Amino acid sequence: MNAITISNLKKTYANGTQALKEINLEVTAGDFFALLGANGAGKTTVIGILTSIVNKTSGSVKIFDIDIEKDHMAAKKMIGVVPQEMNFNMFEQVQDIVVAQAGYFGIDHKTAIRDSEIILKQVELWEKRKSPSRTLSGGMKRRLMIARALINKPKLLILDEPTAGVDVELRYGMWEYLRQLNAQGTTILLTTHYLEEVEQMCKNAAIIKTGEIIKYDRVKNLLQLLEQETYVVHVEKIQAIETIKMYNPKVIDDTTFEVDISKKERLNDFILKISNAGMIVTDIRPKGNRLEKLFLKILKQ
Amino acid sequence: MTSQENYVAYQTIIRKEVVRFMRIWTQTLLPPVITQTLYFIIFGKFIGSQIGGINGISYMSFIVPGLVMMAIINNSFANVVSSFFGAKFQRSVEELLVSSTPHWIILAGYVSGGVLRGVVVGTLVFIVSFFFTVPHIYHPFLIIVFMVLTSILFSLGGFINAIFAKKFDDVAIFPTFILTPLSYLGGVFYSIHSLPEVWQNLSKLNPILYMINGFRYGFYGISDVNVSVSILILITLIIILAVYSLDLLKKGTGLRS
Repeated sequence: MNAITISNLKKTYANGTQALKEINLEVTAGDFFALLGANGAGKTTVIGILTSIVNKTSGSVKIFDIDIEKDHMAAKKMIGVVPQEMNFNMFEQVQDIVVAQAGYFGIDHKTAIRDSEIILKQVELWEKRKSPSRTLSGGMKRRLMIARALINKPKLLILDEPTAGVDVELRYGMWEYLRQLNAQGTTILLTTHYLEEVEQMCKNAAIIKTGEIIKYDRVKNLLQLLEQETYVVHVEKIQAIETIKMYNPKVIDDTTFEVDISKKERLNDFILKISNAGMIVTDIRPKGNRLEKLFLKILKQ
Repeated sequence: MTSQENYVAYQTIIRKEVVRFMRIWTQTLLPPVITQTLYFIIFGKFIGSQIGGINGISYMSFIVPGLVMMAIINNSFANVVSSFFGAKFQRSVEELLVSSTPHWIILAGYVSGGVLRGVVVGTLVFIVSFFFTVPHIYHPFLIIVFMVLTSILFSLGGFINAIFAKKFDDVAIFPTFILTPLSYLGGVFYSIHSLPEVWQNLSKLNPILYMINGFRYGFYGISDVNVSVSILILITLIIILAVYSLDLLKKGTGLRS
């Protein structure tokens, strides 16, 4: 079963901006799916339509086979959303925000109080339950929005850049939590600018560019599209660098340089060549964030 | 949603609304009571003592229903317009939009919040009036009917205003340029029978006149207009505004892009 089925979806805003040009997309139930794209590509519009914040111009959207137009109340019950921008009342207390959201889904007050305690403890906000939301740090506000999105036990969790502005330690903690949710059966749709996040967590991904889906595949397959990888090489002293110019070396400092090594080549050959040049290797590692490179490559095409 | 779930959602909105206006009671409950008290002192006591009675009752007694009604109108309107526009401004309205709460429950919840504030402020002003006069109560049921229907109507007005408002200035335009003048010209301080015939007829185009006079009838059994007509006008306007509000919510006007 598909968690999301988008067919021929179009959106043109009142000012004439065509945000989505007839996109089609399927996200299987249980998937951890990434929707990638540059700013203004149409990611937030897709999410807005899925969550009833944006009206579609044409096309159809189904959530677990329920058409959002025909039975939007039933479709909404399956969704939890963490938007890009903070959208809670800054004067309300943390637990009140989560409990009120439960109420909007028809969950009785007693159950809402009990469930909010469980979720706030999971996202480590229980100690802050009586604090006005405006007093929370950026990372805490993000976690509050996650807690609020989970209070109705959604089958589909939509996260629009959930880790934007969140420090590294917290980001890793959030990744772990989201992985657990996905393992428990929650389908997750994620948009992010941290492509490392996608590489670490997502099974499938789509890349959207100016309102069109231009790539849609398994993350593993997308990475195969990279023809070469950048390595950071540390040596005791750089010398005879011109002898490895076929690797497009970029000198960082006296002992460090970067090289692009084709996937068709063996790493061993490269090491042999720099050894022959008289350089002694002290460390070598991939530069990382391969998806970012791929993303830029696809967008440039 | 089941009817039980709808009821929970409705309760949730009302609870939030009541907590909101009670939390900031120095901005929501106290100022209207002080303002109306000043009216009692200046118009009722200082000026009213020189005017004499109207329709057989003292001037102070005459203005009590009008001032209570004015407080109800302003506060039911203000509660909904500020709360719903505030939710739009902070985007916390999205909490409701992404939820499974039906549109009519959203409307009913906000309107009920407005009615509660209107009735609470109206009651407080009425209590304060006992320091100046002892108003007679002719028809308590009609008093309650006019209190509730008027606050429903102006809560709906506040809701529509909030939907169309794009900035804080837009929230103040309707109360400043329409609501306040119509309230003053709606017979709070005078009987329209004291006006020339042309102005009497023009006054009859003002819907607030019917609310104030209907309400006054509940106290003293006197009115410049037919009370049944007043109730009919109120109910008709409520139906029109409620249907319009629901249509705006369905289309997502001012809420969805």
